[in-house]
Amino acid sequence: MRFFHLLWRNLFRRKVRTLFTFLSIVVAFFLFGILMAIRHGFDYGVQIAGESRLLTIHKISIIQLLPIRYQSQIGSTPGVANVTHATWFGGVYQDPKNFFAQLAVEPEKYLEIYPDYVLSPEAEARWLATRTGAVAGRKLAQRFAWQVGDRIPIQPTFWRPTEGRDTYEFELVGIYEGSTPDVDETSFFFRQDYLMERVGDIGQVGWYVVEMEDPSRADEVAQAIDAQFANSPAETKTTTERAFLRDFAEQVGNTGAILMTIVGIVFFVILLIAGNTMAQSVRERTSELGVLKTVGFTDRAVLGLVLAEAVLLAVAGGVVGLVLAVVVIPGLEPLLVAFLPVFYAPPAALAAGLGLAVLLGLASGGLPAWFARRLQITEALRRR
Amino acid sequence: MAEAVVQVRDVHKVYERGAERVDVLQGLDLDVEEGEFLALMGPSGSGKTTLLNLLGGLDKPTSGRVVVAGQDLSRASRRDLARWRARHVGFVFQFYNLLPVLTADRNVELPLLLTGLSRAKRKKHVATALELVGLTDRADHYPRELSGGQEQRVGIARALANDPTLLLCDEPTGDLDRETAGGILDLLAALNERFTKTVIMVTHDPLAAERARRVLHLDKGALVEAASA
Repeated sequence: MRFFHLLWRNLFRRKVRTLFTFLSIVVAFFLFGILMAIRHGFDYGVQIAGESRLLTIHKISIIQLLPIRYQSQIGSTPGVANVTHATWFGGVYQDPKNFFAQLAVEPEKYLEIYPDYVLSPEAEARWLATRTGAVAGRKLAQRFAWQVGDRIPIQPTFWRPTEGRDTYEFELVGIYEGSTPDVDETSFFFRQDYLMERVGDIGQVGWYVVEMEDPSRADEVAQAIDAQFANSPAETKTTTERAFLRDFAEQVGNTGAILMTIVGIVFFVILLIAGNTMAQSVRERTSELGVLKTVGFTDRAVLGLVLAEAVLLAVAGGVVGLVLAVVVIPGLEPLLVAFLPVFYAPPAALAAGLGLAVLLGLASGGLPAWFARRLQITEALRRR
Repeated sequence: MAEAVVQVRDVHKVYERGAERVDVLQGLDLDVEEGEFLALMGPSGSGKTTLLNLLGGLDKPTSGRVVVAGQDLSRASRRDLARWRARHVGFVFQFYNLLPVLTADRNVELPLLLTGLSRAKRKKHVATALELVGLTDRADHYPRELSGGQEQRVGIARALANDPTLLLCDEPTGDLDRETAGGILDLLAALNERFTKTVIMVTHDPLAAERARRVLHLDKGALVEAASA
């Protein structure tokens, strides 16, 4: 700490230059925080998907339906602890732009297999007692200012009722919350039996969710499930939920790689800016570095001073940028909630950002510090 | 007779600039006793500053031995030399060489940052050094807010802060008017007389050299005794 004053004063010898470099670093780390939140949003499903759960879908595509009778057969497969199903509804609430996921499920079993969705016992009881009952995630309810008890009309796109009004009218019986910040709170669940009642019991569902007794036997259980339906009109494909979501996410494109490429380019540019600032700063005070060495600073101490200065600038900019991102992200969340159910910068990404700031400092100060270390005193003192 | 704090034996310093070889010092011998005030004179390029750099451990001789305050500088590593300088040598430069981003007291504090002294003790040392040079009231001024003479006084205070064995001054009045230069020379003479600081001063100025107790001339890489005060 005894050198802090010297470091600080040196940083501000050219206030405008330091300010612009500082602001560049702030912007870079702000962008880093936002991009990490986006990346986390894309990855959230993969991150929380339990390895103990399998997904059984139609072998051709997830949009092809599977017979409801498969449920009991899957349930009796060795290694299977529990099984439920879900069906994509894909309806429109008021306007097609108001997109959110709507799934028809078996309430009790679904909540058993997905303990990540936390619903109060009262709400669960209401759901079981109300055939038209539905539950919405906290963020979804906030987005449309829904309250428990509200009537929510949703227009079907392909699940057309066989009789009565075209619209499905749901009663909001509860609002669920995620057990962790990574759990999607933007989905809408309603009862499968209500769907079947409206469309006539077609005896088909979207996909099955299978809970295993022993996750280490996932491959074996998955093969056993698929083997039962081989050569049938509706063959199945079973994978772990995590593998399924990862494949699904990659169909959109490798978002992680795209985002990291952007981050890489941004940081390369910032490295050049910060490196140039440090190089100029060291060049300008060659004789001062000579004076420091004259009064007894060792080569290593001078190297340390220049490096510490670069790290101080990068870390200060990095911290401000990351804090700014953390402050701004909740404000952006409502705008992005339809596309990114989870949107926040996770602590691990913030810690990585801090590490990146230190690395940026070391990289930008490395060459100037090495130059300062190698400086001959007599040569340095000649430069004024 | 006092002990020689500086012993220079058969020192050669050769610079090679491309194909050209310049013999700056040629078999130079010198003894400086503790408490001396020595002036080194000579024309430009005679090797005065080179010799001062060798005595301060800023450079090494091509051959020969330089022993100052018991340390053989010709054999010490760069790191050892840096530590030795921090303890034994105070430098006063022609152009003061203060750090413009630091106030006068922070400039004086610089060599003390390398010691284990607490902030409070460092402040005390700084205050003493500034008092010695008569600049207590300018402690919180930046170099740009000081006159040339005041800057040089701060430079001297910085050189004294560690209570070094030796003060090496390279043209300390070279950038000052006659009157201000007189004040600086008075200060150096007082430090030598009152505190028995060993002072070695390189100068072009005969009037400055008169203030020293011994004057040596450097010519073509060799020393010639000129006069005794």
